[in-house]
Amino acid sequence: MVQIEQDILGKNDQYAAANRSWFRAKGILALNLVSSPGSGKTSLLTRSIQDLKGRYPLAVIEGDQQTSHDADRIRATGVSALQINTGKGCHLDAHMVGHAIESLGLAEKSLLFIENVGNLVCPAAFDLGEAHKVAILSVTEGEDKPLKYPDMFHAADLMILNKIDLLPYLDFDLALCLDYARRVNPGIEILQVSARSGEGLDAWYGWLAARMAS
Amino acid sequence: MHEMSICEGILQVLEKEAGRQGFQRVKGVWLEIGPLAGVEAEALRFCFDAVVRGSLAEGAQLEIIEIPGQGVCLQCDQSVPVRQRFDPCPVCGGYGVRITHGEELRIKELEVE
Repeated sequence: MVQIEQDILGKNDQYAAANRSWFRAKGILALNLVSSPGSGKTSLLTRSIQDLKGRYPLAVIEGDQQTSHDADRIRATGVSALQINTGKGCHLDAHMVGHAIESLGLAEKSLLFIENVGNLVCPAAFDLGEAHKVAILSVTEGEDKPLKYPDMFHAADLMILNKIDLLPYLDFDLALCLDYARRVNPGIEILQVSARSGEGLDAWYGWLAARMAS
Repeated sequence: MHEMSICEGILQVLEKEAGRQGFQRVKGVWLEIGPLAGVEAEALRFCFDAVVRGSLAEGAQLEIIEIPGQGVCLQCDQSVPVRQRFDPCPVCGGYGVRITHGEELRIKELEVE
């Protein structure tokens, strides 16, 4: 018998630590955007890029099982984007992101969005070296998503509730959703936005500006 | 699905340790897993057999030791058991329980030859 006492995700965590110190040295703010498929992650991202591209150097890493549709949508905004296809994989890991940042040629003090595979389960366990995980939930999903997928909402520092322009047409219980999110993560910050109408986006840009400044 | 990646992570650790400690075969692997590690034990067993096929750990026994979840309530300061992240504190009913145990996902020991 040999005692080894090793964390199974230790190798990923080592790559994540290397990414994190590289981001810090370059003054780059890296955000790991996580959500279920269809929450409007890419729409929020393209809108944010349009509004922010005069303010900071921006770049995007897109994770999807297949296709480069999302990276194509980002590139159409004039911002550099790199697509990672995970094939059968259900999440990005820190090693993939390390390779992506090598080929992206990021400018110092840039804002890097890492759009993870649409999945509220596995990406919670894999640190990519980001400064913050941002969970995006839309009001067309159930208000109990934070309870159904607690690991993800627990791991996120910010929850963006998207598509709030649709609230008048839905039975979504907003107060209950916010309460559920705070049950799994008492410290979580929450912003309510509509990437379509632009409502609430100033608060999101303010959140980003505060973190870019530090 | 990420149980597959977890098993690949286990195999990488085994291969590295075999080089470092000079063993050829792994006959048993003891894992410590908490209820909040985000891993399903049954899915892990299923993937483990597939991943180690043709490796130094082919046919190895996988033993899973479950670590109980535990936390400290930020409101009443009591140490309390935790089964799920959204469980309220069983003492005061508050939701601010800080997890202290239960997120473990590690290899404890190996039986080798």
